Amino acid sequence: MAAVPASRLRGLAPIGLVVLLGLVLTFALGERYHHRVLTLVFVWATMGLSWNIISGYAGQTSFGHQAFFGVGAYVTVLLIVGFRLTPWLGLMVGTVAAVVAAALIGFPTFRLAGIYFALATLAYPLILRIFMDFLGYQEVAIPMVRDRPALYMQFTDPRAYDLLALAALAGTLLLSHWIETSRLGYALRALKENEQAAEASGVDTFRAKMIALMLSAAPAAVIGAIYAHAILYVVTPDAVFGVLVIVQTLVVCLVGGVGTKWGPVLGAAIMVPMSETLDATIGDRLPGIQGVVYGAALVLVMLFAPEGIYWRLRALLPARRAAPAGAAAATEGPIAADLAGRAPVVRGATLMDVRGVSKAFLGLHALEEVSFTVRAGEILGVIGPNGAGKTTLFNVLNGFLSPDQGEVRYRDARITGLRPSAICRSGVGRTFQVVRSFPQMTVLENVMVGAFVHETTPHRARQRALAALASVGLEARADVVPSGLTTPDLRLMELARCLATAPDLILLDEPLAGLARDGVETVMALVRRVRDGGVTVVIIEHTMYAVVQLVDRLVVLDHGRRVAEGLPGEVVRDPAVIEAYLGKRWLRHVEGLRT
Amino acid sequence: MPLGDLVQYVVTGLLVGGVYALMSIGLALIFGVMKVVNFAQGDFMMLGMYLTYFLAVGYGVDPLLGALLTIPPFFVLGLLVHRTLLVRVTGGGNPQRLMDAQLILTLGLSLIITNATTMILTPMPRGIQTAYATQAFAVGPILMNQARSYAFLMALVLAGLVYVFLTRTDVGKALRAAADEPEAAGYQGIDVRAMHGLAFGVGIALVAAAGGLLATYHPIEPTVAVNFIVLMFVAVVLGGLGSIPGAFAGGLVIGLVQSLTLLVLPFQLQNAGVFIAFLLVLYLRPQGLFGQRLRAV
Repeated sequence: MAAVPASRLRGLAPIGLVVLLGLVLTFALGERYHHRVLTLVFVWATMGLSWNIISGYAGQTSFGHQAFFGVGAYVTVLLIVGFRLTPWLGLMVGTVAAVVAAALIGFPTFRLAGIYFALATLAYPLILRIFMDFLGYQEVAIPMVRDRPALYMQFTDPRAYDLLALAALAGTLLLSHWIETSRLGYALRALKENEQAAEASGVDTFRAKMIALMLSAAPAAVIGAIYAHAILYVVTPDAVFGVLVIVQTLVVCLVGGVGTKWGPVLGAAIMVPMSETLDATIGDRLPGIQGVVYGAALVLVMLFAPEGIYWRLRALLPARRAAPAGAAAATEGPIAADLAGRAPVVRGATLMDVRGVSKAFLGLHALEEVSFTVRAGEILGVIGPNGAGKTTLFNVLNGFLSPDQGEVRYRDARITGLRPSAICRSGVGRTFQVVRSFPQMTVLENVMVGAFVHETTPHRARQRALAALASVGLEARADVVPSGLTTPDLRLMELARCLATAPDLILLDEPLAGLARDGVETVMALVRRVRDGGVTVVIIEHTMYAVVQLVDRLVVLDHGRRVAEGLPGEVVRDPAVIEAYLGKRWLRHVEGLRT
Repeated sequence: MPLGDLVQYVVTGLLVGGVYALMSIGLALIFGVMKVVNFAQGDFMMLGMYLTYFLAVGYGVDPLLGALLTIPPFFVLGLLVHRTLLVRVTGGGNPQRLMDAQLILTLGLSLIITNATTMILTPMPRGIQTAYATQAFAVGPILMNQARSYAFLMALVLAGLVYVFLTRTDVGKALRAAADEPEAAGYQGIDVRAMHGLAFGVGIALVAAAGGLLATYHPIEPTVAVNFIVLMFVAVVLGGLGSIPGAFAGGLVIGLVQSLTLLVLPFQLQNAGVFIAFLLVLYLRPQGLFGQRLRAV
């Protein structure tokens, strides 16, 4: 425990400051109306933070987050009306109901991506709203309980509501802080940046999104219940499920900045007093003024500062000093494999067995009954002309695609049908033909995403990631973002991310593509060092001279079929291979070699 | 239930659906060409209703003609909105972030239009009095409200004209090229940005005209947009995002679902049927009931 919380504790001080400032305002303000505004600032900051968990950290833009706000409000209030249940308990029931609703909503909805997800989220509060109308809950007044007001969250002192909302805000800030500094936070950022790369690096993206949605539903429900007591008194479908709820939420987040816990707080502190003041001064004469202000805020933010105030301000601060370059990279000697608890496999034994795999796209046979084995400790090359099905094969091996027929067995267990993240966690890593990085994360953080496969704390993941970076000779670049890397360094970073998952088989999809001669040498040396350390390698490559130097055995694909498998020296003389891939010139070259 | 009742519900549903279909193809055109989901579409419809209303009460223009007269000014308005606002959030960059920026920009625009209209014209609902709004054609036992029948026919004609424009004219073909392959279209000398403006202008003009037709039988108020924008989204998703014939069919389906829901569910749950159908389509067939993925026409 000792080493972990250092960075986490540092983040707690600003949260303490915000709460302290909230307390000062609570006790300094006099007028009832000012307390109302203060409560609203806390309410919308909390609601914004809650939206920020699923739409900011996880990047799943939701236009229906008020569903959870409304569930919290309605459940709590209906329990008072129906059973005289104290809202202190009712609020918990409402929270549980909202989390269950999140699970029910997330399960089908996360199968949708991008615009389809956003459109689907629109429907949930609309449906809830219609059902509340139908069930006769158009107006549910909170019954006054004069004898025990505190038990029923009914206070005459407005400061009590300030404190209540502030407590919810503090709790949500802590939750956000925990997410930002936890394995989940890294997983969410990674899947927001590049979902496939995250999945291939061992992040179960579906699970991470579900957890994020359920975590984000809880504070929304709590603050919905508090809002009902502090502001509404009479709960209506429009007041809790309506468009203005999500609009207020979006406004505070987008103005303040998305993807950070400070964005919604800043946004609420600026926008809520502004719109309340306008509403109070000219709202009587111009009833739509609040909507116009919010609308204008959204338009202006999108046009002039789409990243929000927080990120704008942060960009003005001087960049953090880059960490000092580490010790000279260990660029020689084998990179020791980390079995991570798996049983060792005898060198030369079958590690992966591909059996009769077929895959067709709209009638085009990308793979037809492809079978071959991968032996532990070897470098297996996969070659073939463009369109032969090499990348499709990798996508089947690591779980991005499920084959129409056949199966892939790894360590004598069927892995076909598993999620790519599960296949990665079982020890099969991969890289991509075009490097897939997480562009807003540093090189170190990119690699940490992979390291979290076997680590639970950021501290340990950082150690593991640094070790992986050191083994590829990239630790001096740990603190830059991927856009600052050269093409060969990007390849190294992706390889380090893959190695950080502690694989015992890695699938390299054209790792030499786009590299100059020295880059090719570096990567080839690295692949050998990985193999020498005990990790098995399957490599797709076009450059024949590199393949023949590098690999132990070859598999040749053509038009989705395996046309040859064997030692490089034999395969390159195979007439079928020459016909399909190497061409007549190669034949003459081989003849020349013979004589 | 007697068969006659069922036919009556189907006919009523289709008549309403025709106007939904017209407003939805505007949205589908904008999405198909620009890949922008326009949240403010319902608000332009609402403005079209008001223009038709003021033409009717101010100059005695029949709303069916008034609906047509909304087309030129709203086409120009669409061009202006595109030129001043939307060009700034279309183009390069991370597609997901761009999509979010567009959604949020148009949501903001929608809020401004709804609330500014409330401020200027008051929330009071208005209506256009026409002789045909309260009369019906009788075809055997089936009754067809005259206003809805006229609106349906005009929607059909306008949608047909759009289809001819897209498939038979050079500009229409250029528009489809810009939708399907913006990059290749650019190399062919098609000004993709101008095509975006054209699509936005036509899309806004269509939805305004649909609003004018709707105004012959539907009350006119500033908040009318909210109810219809969601129906348009549903129609467009049902039809396969971006497909024009799909959106037209989607609009008809929504009219039918709304009408037939009344047979099994109480009146208040009429739209719940629509939204549940929407979610089911999203889960089961996100490419839409009819459409291929992301095609313009």
